[in-house]
Amino acid sequence: METVLQPIGRAFVSGLETTGRLSIFAIMAVTYCVRPPYYPRLILRQMIEIGFYSLPVVGLTAIFTGMVLALQSFTGFARFSAESAIPNVVVISITRELGPVLAGLMVAGRIGAAMAAEIGTMRVTEQIDALTTLSTNPMNYLVAPRLIAGLAMLPLLVLVADIIGVFGGYLVSIYKLGFNPEAYLRNTMDFVEPLDVISGLVKAAAFGFIIALMGCYHGYNSKVGAQGVGQATTNAVVSASILILVFNYGITELFFAR
Amino acid sequence: MNFEAKTRGWPKIEIRNLHKSFGPKKVLDGVDLDVAAGESVVVIGGSGTGKSVMLKCILGLLQPDRGSIKVDGEEVVGMNGSERRRVMRKFGMLFQGAALFDSLPVWMNVAFGLIEGRHMPRDEAKAIALGKLAAVGLGAEVAELYPVELSGGMQKRVALARAIATEPEIIFFDEPTTGLDPIMSDVINELIIKCVQDLGATALSISHDMASVRRIAHRVAMIYNGRIIWTGAVDAIDHSGNPYVDQFIHGRAEGPIQMAAAYP
Ligand SMILES: Nc1ncnc2c1ncn2[C@@H]1O[C@H](COP(=O)(O)OP(=O)(O)OP(=O)(O)O)[C@@H](O)[C@H]1O
Ligand SMILES: [Mg+2]
Repeated sequence: METVLQPIGRAFVSGLETTGRLSIFAIMAVTYCVRPPYYPRLILRQMIEIGFYSLPVVGLTAIFTGMVLALQSFTGFARFSAESAIPNVVVISITRELGPVLAGLMVAGRIGAAMAAEIGTMRVTEQIDALTTLSTNPMNYLVAPRLIAGLAMLPLLVLVADIIGVFGGYLVSIYKLGFNPEAYLRNTMDFVEPLDVISGLVKAAAFGFIIALMGCYHGYNSKVGAQGVGQATTNAVVSASILILVFNYGITELFFAR
Repeated sequence: MNFEAKTRGWPKIEIRNLHKSFGPKKVLDGVDLDVAAGESVVVIGGSGTGKSVMLKCILGLLQPDRGSIKVDGEEVVGMNGSERRRVMRKFGMLFQGAALFDSLPVWMNVAFGLIEGRHMPRDEAKAIALGKLAAVGLGAEVAELYPVELSGGMQKRVALARAIATEPEIIFFDEPTTGLDPIMSDVINELIIKCVQDLGATALSISHDMASVRRIAHRVAMIYNGRIIWTGAVDAIDHSGNPYVDQFIHGRAEGPIQMAAAYP
């Protein structure tokens, strides 16, 4: 009995410990986002890294998702002669769910990993210690710009993903399924509500924060050696992805469950 | 010695009974060490005996388990936030592994403490950085390169330039001449001597290079088993009467110091 319970108990305690440490890190990180000194150059650099260089990945994901949504809905809805609902299905699915979640997951893979690797390398090569000895707080200098950039850029990326995703659905509907272009667009615009888009953007901001937080946290606490940095990178991506899915449910519930 | 302290006076750093363990592994086990103002002390001792850990405890990069560290008479163990930053401004540190910022060009590395720590305008800081780079034998063409483009020895010299750029009161040199050729080693020795003599800095260094130790030290301290087992003037190291010191400075495999590899 003991041999069964002991590992479970130990896992539970270490889980609590990690949650505690992560929460403290998150609170500190947010505090340093609002506390001077600020580093506008570094924020800008991170914004370009996150916002601009993620565009191809996010754009490709969005366009194919929109396309496949239209195609699948058509084959499914044809059974009920409900093909006219395709524009609605595409725009709702993209803006509420697939835009933010898929963009979030793609950016988690790209940016979360890069942040953890960069900060982890700085940790193991003592660059973070060097920052401290040069009277610069690493939380201010490394963590805050990434959090701010993540928080600001993900909503923009998701807005772009929304537009490209709807456009993907439009392409398939018009050129493959023979929809009328004007009717399709009118249908889309009439149906979509501000709340659909806004909820998606709120999710995006939360995901951006989560991605940057996980990248920084795991990098910051990286164990020594190349293996430690590799582990930090993996942990950052996996934990960010899981948290994105969990928070996605939570935020959906907040917005739409009545 | 050719190098005498001018103002060796009040204690700049006082370490008492310093303990630090990593898990079950005791690294520092009651270190006592004083460094007087304007003095250059070199700590010698085997690899892995906790020399770098000692420096990091003084800088607050590692939290000691027990003991007291006073800088200018002020207790710094447990100090945090703005207090800690104020004390940190007195220090410059050359890290053993250079620890240059990969994302910044060489001159920005050197100027970092001036720009971020002292809020100096960038062009002014750059001029000073170029001067410090010249002092460590690196030309202006190196200034625009990134650290990965430099050899190990060049990185070490850039790190040295960074450590002294703000002309701190106290400078720590963690193995300043390791990885340098003999001539460059001597240039660096000269530079360290100059920092102490001309700028009146207090220096605490770590070195395995006995030639360098003899040049830059006023006083030598030997660390063994987590304690300082001997300190004395640099002239005294050849007749310290301490078998550990003798074995170390002559680099003999036989003696009271057993290297880890000798254990079963
Ligand atoms: N952050 C750390 N976590 C765990 N152990 C550490 C850490 N830093 C140092 N140690 C351990 O403390 C011991 C002393 O390390 P330290 O770097 O101070 O050695 P050193 O005397 O500087 O050696 P060297 O001359 O090789 O640089 C080593 O055994 C090392 O494994
Ligand atoms: Mg060392």
